[in-house]
Amino acid sequence: MTNKTINVKYLARVEGEGALNIRIKDDAVTRVQLKIFEPPRFFEAFLQGRNFTEAPDITCRICGICPVAYQMSSVHAMERALGVTVSAPVRELRRLLYCGEWIESHGLHVFMLHAPDFLGYQDAIQMAQDHPDTVKMGLQLKKVGNDIVTTLGGREIHPINVRVGGFYKAPRKQDLAPLVERLKWARDAAVKAVRWVGGFDFPEFQRDYEFVSLRHEQEYPFNEGRVVSNKGLDIDVRDYEAHFAEEHVGYTHALHSTLKERGSYFAGPLARYNLNFDRLTPLAQATAREAGLGPVCTNPFQSIIVRAVEILYAVEEALRIIEGYERPEQPAAPVTPRAVTACAATEAPRGLLYHRYRLDDNGVILEAKIVPPTSQNQKVIEEDLFQFVGPRVALPEDKLTWQCEQMVRNYDPCISCATHFLKLNLERL
Amino acid sequence: MAPKRKPRLSVWKFASCDGCQLSLLDCEDELLAVAGAVEIAYFVEASRAMVKGPYDLTLIDGSITTAHDAELIKHVRRASKYLVALGTCANSGGIQALRNFKDVNDFVKAVYEHPKYIETLKESTPVSAHVKVDYGLNGCPINKHQLLAVIQAFLEGRPPMVRSHSVCIDCKLRGNVCVLVTGTPCLGPVTHAGCGALCPTYHRGCYGCYGPKETPNTAALAAWFSQRLGMSEANLVRAFRAFYANAPAFRQESEAHDK
Repeated sequence: MTNKTINVKYLARVEGEGALNIRIKDDAVTRVQLKIFEPPRFFEAFLQGRNFTEAPDITCRICGICPVAYQMSSVHAMERALGVTVSAPVRELRRLLYCGEWIESHGLHVFMLHAPDFLGYQDAIQMAQDHPDTVKMGLQLKKVGNDIVTTLGGREIHPINVRVGGFYKAPRKQDLAPLVERLKWARDAAVKAVRWVGGFDFPEFQRDYEFVSLRHEQEYPFNEGRVVSNKGLDIDVRDYEAHFAEEHVGYTHALHSTLKERGSYFAGPLARYNLNFDRLTPLAQATAREAGLGPVCTNPFQSIIVRAVEILYAVEEALRIIEGYERPEQPAAPVTPRAVTACAATEAPRGLLYHRYRLDDNGVILEAKIVPPTSQNQKVIEEDLFQFVGPRVALPEDKLTWQCEQMVRNYDPCISCATHFLKLNLERL
Repeated sequence: MAPKRKPRLSVWKFASCDGCQLSLLDCEDELLAVAGAVEIAYFVEASRAMVKGPYDLTLIDGSITTAHDAELIKHVRRASKYLVALGTCANSGGIQALRNFKDVNDFVKAVYEHPKYIETLKESTPVSAHVKVDYGLNGCPINKHQLLAVIQAFLEGRPPMVRSHSVCIDCKLRGNVCVLVTGTPCLGPVTHAGCGALCPTYHRGCYGCYGPKETPNTAALAAWFSQRLGMSEANLVRAFRAFYANAPAFRQESEAHDK
């Protein structure tokens, strides 16, 4: 009979600081705790008293990897509540900006953070010694994403060009033109990336998840759509808090988010893919099928394939937007503040990102609430580990620990976001 | 003769958005060359391999906000020969230093249901408030090209050369029309260069995310905002109390208007 504790003190290759603690007694898992000990920064508190126009610049500082997501959720919240409609080219530019962030963030995770697990390397630098061309291709793909964000937003981290109502300055058609050849290269590279990760060995693991993401009438979702699940949820985002709750548990600085009716749920690329496969481009669908995925995938280890498919989609979408782009007459729509409650959700690279603000008549923020993807996935990660470790308790400690880390990295957790991270502690008692 | 050992690099995260250490991974064209020139000994975001110190070059991302981190930074300093603080968090306390102007207990209660679970210090402080910092590279986020220049200077055994003039000079070099003159509040005259005068280039005012330049005349700029642009005292406070709220020059100016 085995009693032990798996203890990962600092979980590597995730963004931010966290730990994992798994207790095993008499060959059975008795406790799994994903501990996020990233120090809290209290964004929701210090947003109180700031102008609504400052929300995109302040909230993007929650996360250096997905700043665009915070900017998009905040501006869409304000605009929905204040009755602002942006022009068609501005709407397209926002999708383009999000394409850049998905390519950059997924590129980082697929090549630098997750692939080394499947091939047995400590990191991508070590992996580059045996797979130099693939690592270089991954870095260049990531760079294409960053170049989109930089062209449109001024810089890749904390872009400066996003405002409530639109942009400060809309690019000219010729500003975007140099991206086209790079994106055509990226389209071929993304197809290769899907094939490469599709050839990895995946542990057998399936669960009956509730997947939650946005769904839009025509498009693969970035900024708009209803909040839907595979178990019947279909709501406008204004009803989000009637269906979702946040719980403060003692061992983690990130609040646990659950569906009030049914408990844990799964947000992120896998959820988006499963709920929106029909909205992908024909090439993205065909490349996914070629890599062994159907329209629904329930093995979280295969999320690396889905991320690569989403890179391909985002590259194609970026090409479509740039080719059809005409510069808007005005970079932003006028915005007049009033006392309202504003909310919106957009699809961050890691999943649904919900923002709510209460404003006074002058547009000063009285209250803010932000629910990032990682706090939504914490509970499902813990449940996955509970089920995953059970049949594997006899594995050598180092191997089991590594596989548990890999399981956590399936979710690309972003700890800075969620605390507003990860140590693995495997206890065999 | 034994081959010369490559310098050991460590990267540590404290309270931050992660963007400054991410800047190293964002050097897509140079990352493998950097990895060839140094041994990446400790960089949790990038690698499972965690080599114990001592380290030759240490990069710090984040501010000190917990008792645990206040102890950890001392340990990191002892293990590091040359320590570089990255970004506003490590150099001035970051946006999370907005707590320094309020009662942090109110902040905890505003965000968390069970405040007793939360362990935090009253203030968010820069690394230099706790240990000696050998070099500070500013920005929110830092400029990755400046980071590469700092690493290169270290490898060549010379001090980094990062220009310390204001954003205004970069604006002139880019040939931008001055947004302040055309009526947009802009912190460019008092803000450290490094971003390439991005905001004015994109037709908006600088919001000070590279922190105060040397000897900034914040009072004169605040008077301009107030008298010529009609900015309210509350908005003057917000202008100076943002990403470098805790930097002395900006702190004093925001406090002068916070009555």
